[in-house]
Amino acid sequence: MKQKRKVRVMVAKPGLDGHDRGARIIARAYRDAGFEVVYTGLHQTPEEIVEAAIQEDVDMIGLSSLAGAHKYLFPRTVELLREKGADDIVVCGGGIVPDEDIEMLKEIGIKKIFTPGTTLEEIVKWVEENVKPR
Amino acid sequence: MDKVVEKVVAGDVRSVARLIRDIDDGIPEVRESLKGLYPYTGNAYVIGITGAPGVGKSTLVDQMLSHIRKKDKTVGVLAVDPTSPFSGGAILGDRVRMQRHSMDSGVFIRSLATRGHFGGLTQSTRSAIDVLDAMGKDYIIVETVGVGQDEVDVVKTAHTTVIVVIPGMGDDIQAIKAGILETGDIFLINKADREGTDKTMSDLRLMIEMDQRKYEGGKWKPPILKTESIIDRGVVEFLEEVEKHKKYLTETTEGLELRKSKGKVREELGEMVKNRLIQEVLSKLTETGEFDGAVQAIVEGKTDPYSACDALVLPRLGLHTG
Repeated sequence: MKQKRKVRVMVAKPGLDGHDRGARIIARAYRDAGFEVVYTGLHQTPEEIVEAAIQEDVDMIGLSSLAGAHKYLFPRTVELLREKGADDIVVCGGGIVPDEDIEMLKEIGIKKIFTPGTTLEEIVKWVEENVKPR
Repeated sequence: MDKVVEKVVAGDVRSVARLIRDIDDGIPEVRESLKGLYPYTGNAYVIGITGAPGVGKSTLVDQMLSHIRKKDKTVGVLAVDPTSPFSGGAILGDRVRMQRHSMDSGVFIRSLATRGHFGGLTQSTRSAIDVLDAMGKDYIIVETVGVGQDEVDVVKTAHTTVIVVIPGMGDDIQAIKAGILETGDIFLINKADREGTDKTMSDLRLMIEMDQRKYEGGKWKPPILKTESIIDRGVVEFLEEVEKHKKYLTETTEGLELRKSKGKVREELGEMVKNRLIQEVLSKLTETGEFDGAVQAIVEGKTDPYSACDALVLPRLGLHTG
């Protein structure tokens, strides 16, 4: 039977930041959009996130960071994906990220940063348009 | 040899991950890969873990992983969570409890959603088990929420089926009594520090004892154990029971019969044929528009569903309508 591939995404919380309410709400919104969402839980290292993303064969990793360590954690995740030859997995991020950091993060390969105030509809729409099942 | 087969057998994680995705997405080409992989299967020991949501299955699996890895055995985990019947999406959260093992190359964890597509969870999970088996994993743990018939079937394909309950879920035991409880090889009362453990223990014991005759002649009688997975209490003892059951299956005549019986193969092949037929017929009917046409005709009152079904199915099978 011809079946459409299902979008699989991972919602991950890198680093020591212990606030995952936002990540859970995003996960829920993705579920309601018909995606399969793998949630990693708190306190993940970029290494753990990348390994899990490969095992789960996801199309996108959404990184959530509210504690200011995005300047290390986000680029490191992208770097590891590249090392593993898995840089076809789209990486986006969300949380408290100052405007002046966004340019740098985009340059190193984070496809999109969602800052506070972005609606769930906007986020889901972006994923639908930019993440295709591989 | 098929390139995919070669890579999977060599243990390439990306190829394994991708193949399981293809199986789940129903890509027809996977059948060739699965045929190629079959000769490499049959070495892994499959443990099925089931029980109501929240009884602690994922935490238990996490502890099992630690203990099995200490013995230098490799493990594959398939963790099944339900798909939303409304959006078709799913949140797969079993991994949260097992993430500490994600950097261990001897462990492969994959989350699956029930999806509810024709062809069934049973078939794709069974195929995923074959893939992890061919990949060379010594143990494969399948974790499901024991709610649907499909999932009972998945668990039944395991060598050892483990049913996890928690104290005070008397009604729950009632609810699953007829179905999944009968498939249990080992029973665990998890969160056994809670009130009501002894009562649950005697309920389960009574249930098992009522089947006395089933266990005559050296047949396996399901043990009931208490565990507190979160602090790793009772998990080692539980794994010893798994090993005992494994021994029973591999070394006693009763066990061997059970494991590689014609009946089991018959059941599995029957299941496969059934799914494939549904898939092939339904997709043809959908493609040609016959299916939607029939739906419309029933809605408009031009025919009844029974006649419509005859008209759709019988010609496909080379049979004539009534």
